[in-house]
Amino acid sequence: MIMTRTEHNVRKKMLQLLVFSSLLLLLLLLLSFILSDENLRLSSAGKNLPPSLEHLFGTDWLGRDMFTRTLKGLRLSLAVGAFASIMSVIVATVMGICAATFGKVVDNTVSWVIDLFIGMPHLVFMILISFIAGGGIKGIVLGVSLTHWMSLARVVRSEVLQIKHSEYIQISQSYGKSPWFIARKHILPFVLPQIMIGFLLMFPHVILHEAALTFLGFGLSPQTPAIGIILSEAMSHISTGKWWLVFFPGVLLVVVIKSFDNIGEQLRILMEPSSSNK
Amino acid sequence: MVKKILIRLLRVATLLIGLSILTFSLIHISPMYPINTYVGGDSSTSPEQIEKLREYWGLNKSPVEQYFSWAGALLQGNFGVSKLYRTPVMDIIKSRAMMSFALMGTAWILSGFFGYLLGALSALHRGKTLDKIIKWYSFTLVSTPIFWLGLILLIVFSVQLQWFPVGLAAPAGVLDSEVQFSDRLHHFVLPALTLSILGVASIALHTREKMIDILNSEYVIFAKARGENKWQIFKNHGFRNSILPAISLQFAYFGELFGGSVLAEQVFSYPGLGSTLTTAGLKGDLPLLMGIILVSSLFVFTGNFIADILNTVVDPRIKGEV
Amino acid sequence: MRAGQKKPLLQVDIHEGEIVAVVGASGSGKSLLAHAVLGILPGNAICEGRIIYRGEELTEERKLRLRGREISFIPQSVNYLDPLLRVGKQVQIGLEKSTAQLKQRELFRQYDLQERDGQLFPYELSGGMLRRVLFATSVREGVRLVIADEPTPGIHPQALAEILKQLKTFAEEGARVMLITHDIMSALEIAHRVAVIKDGCTVEIAEASAFEGRGEGLKTEYTQRLWSALPQNDFDGEFIEKGAVGHGFSGK
Repeated sequence: MIMTRTEHNVRKKMLQLLVFSSLLLLLLLLLSFILSDENLRLSSAGKNLPPSLEHLFGTDWLGRDMFTRTLKGLRLSLAVGAFASIMSVIVATVMGICAATFGKVVDNTVSWVIDLFIGMPHLVFMILISFIAGGGIKGIVLGVSLTHWMSLARVVRSEVLQIKHSEYIQISQSYGKSPWFIARKHILPFVLPQIMIGFLLMFPHVILHEAALTFLGFGLSPQTPAIGIILSEAMSHISTGKWWLVFFPGVLLVVVIKSFDNIGEQLRILMEPSSSNK
Repeated sequence: MVKKILIRLLRVATLLIGLSILTFSLIHISPMYPINTYVGGDSSTSPEQIEKLREYWGLNKSPVEQYFSWAGALLQGNFGVSKLYRTPVMDIIKSRAMMSFALMGTAWILSGFFGYLLGALSALHRGKTLDKIIKWYSFTLVSTPIFWLGLILLIVFSVQLQWFPVGLAAPAGVLDSEVQFSDRLHHFVLPALTLSILGVASIALHTREKMIDILNSEYVIFAKARGENKWQIFKNHGFRNSILPAISLQFAYFGELFGGSVLAEQVFSYPGLGSTLTTAGLKGDLPLLMGIILVSSLFVFTGNFIADILNTVVDPRIKGEV
Repeated sequence: MRAGQKKPLLQVDIHEGEIVAVVGASGSGKSLLAHAVLGILPGNAICEGRIIYRGEELTEERKLRLRGREISFIPQSVNYLDPLLRVGKQVQIGLEKSTAQLKQRELFRQYDLQERDGQLFPYELSGGMLRRVLFATSVREGVRLVIADEPTPGIHPQALAEILKQLKTFAEEGARVMLITHDIMSALEIAHRVAVIKDGCTVEIAEASAFEGRGEGLKTEYTQRLWSALPQNDFDGEFIEKGAVGHGFSGK
């Protein structure tokens, strides 16, 4: 009809954005492996250099190249974030499926637990959990994964409920297929895309919160160059005017988070075209 | 309607009880269990103090009894004694709460107002440059760590322009009673600004979406057909149909707001609940940590409860179903 | 009033004091035609063609000026009322501020609504009452063109007769009336001419009197079949299966 032309353009633009974001992230990841640890050696000659072609992000008070530090820190944060997201997705999937399959009591309990977890301020809860876990990466992963599963659990629950009542499941049942077969062959393939997108949409939040936790000083030790720690260390140097220590790592963090957000969002829209009119 | 509110209130009560049980169990299973941290390596703790602690935590009893004695103490406003400050947790919370609530309150109102304004403007100019700018701004802010934003503001306004001090809610070395209001304000602006800027994003995006739905609705098409202009449509229909969801969203935002203020207070060394929480967590001051966690959870639960009430009870369409 | 579009060709004209019924299957473009005349199509719609109103081209600007004054639109469903605005207030919108309240009460009396109904929200009124509110809201004094988009689906016969009577009154007062509908039978009760639309094209514009007997007076086969597919006539089963004749509700 009359709208096809613009719609086609929108789709094309979305795909371009998707590819661009993915390539950018891939490039950053590759760079983080390529850049040698040599750049992190302390050097008294190259201390506190402002950004230049040689040191894109400048150097810090110990003469380490900030670009290398930032990329390696980001890689660590992403790894921790990815792990925590996967944990969170597992919690969400289990909770969602349980709520949808095991009857009203379980359903009500799960929704009560969801309300409980939503009621606590996320960051505060993360601080509590990582404190209780005794800090470290374990504390961060636990803290983050236990606070991000709620909305995805709701999505999974409603998806499973919807499909459970659909006709082809009922036909499958009447053919005598086992519940396990139905879960594996019918429900999982249907819910899986939702879970994938849930993971991608959750990921940026997880990285943000992980960075916040490490920035506050919970979890990782100061020796590990996670992005939050880099920024928190840089904080004590801004009063002496070394703005690049804060500025560039932060910008890169925003770019990475935004790219992940883009990827998740575009994939979601591509899968549910009706929401693209927004 | 009263019945509906009561049911919801009851749910909030069960959630609060659940929260206290959850917190208690988490602490109980952790290696940071009070008696270990208090006694272990802390030679300054006198035997009487340890005895007092034992009494407070009820360490000789079963976990269930411990929980009840702890919860009972909580209900009487006894949050225990801070290990760091050696004063009752309640007193510390009281003295910090005002600072935090001033900060969050300002940010809440400013971000709500400007967020709604930007969202509505964006929707009314959908597809135009203004819309694109606002959308880009909001989406970028959603991906921005608040502490980084705070640091940038600090660099620009405090270090480079030197308009504002680098930290603390009052000048150093001045007695609390002698602090001028202008000093307070001076130290207040940047953290409040940081929190506000960030809060704008979510409310703006939400309002924009809601407003677009409204503008595409049949009643707005009809309003156009009746000759209402853009402003009339906003005044008669857009505002009316979008303001309640926006306010309710803003109440549900309390959790994010508190988390944001923890970070903002840390960046600006602002002595509120948030920075105290961080200190308590880092230094292992469990009673203080728990106290602030419970108070902030109560705060967030209240926000969610109000949002819930606004969403389901105040809307006349739903009121009719009761 | 004339509305025309090239390729596919959609052309309808209405004279002063005349009622033209626009009929066609769901998705044939009836509502789109109404929305195009009013200029209330969504922003991403591409619209070509010319609309002539009282001898002058009806530009977007002119539409803006005439909408709600000379040109009135009666929408197809009660969802067209703002759910959060008291109905009395909705009727007052667009009326002269100083006399709005008085005028609204007068309109309520005219459409047989209680004065206290004005204090109610749409969800508190019955469907029939809402229809009357819609009429009170849409039509203003001095109206010269009334576009009624499916004002009749799912309505009981008495209310139907009332609506038709109302539309007839508009025409008798000199307005042009475009009645978009599924319901050929009730349209024929008041319409002078009938425009048949299919896939965004005018199939034919026939005098109402041609819809008679076996439809010999109708020029095109499509219209003849449409006519004979009605339950009162032959009941052309094949035609119904193809979905050309809808019952009850239509898509927009």
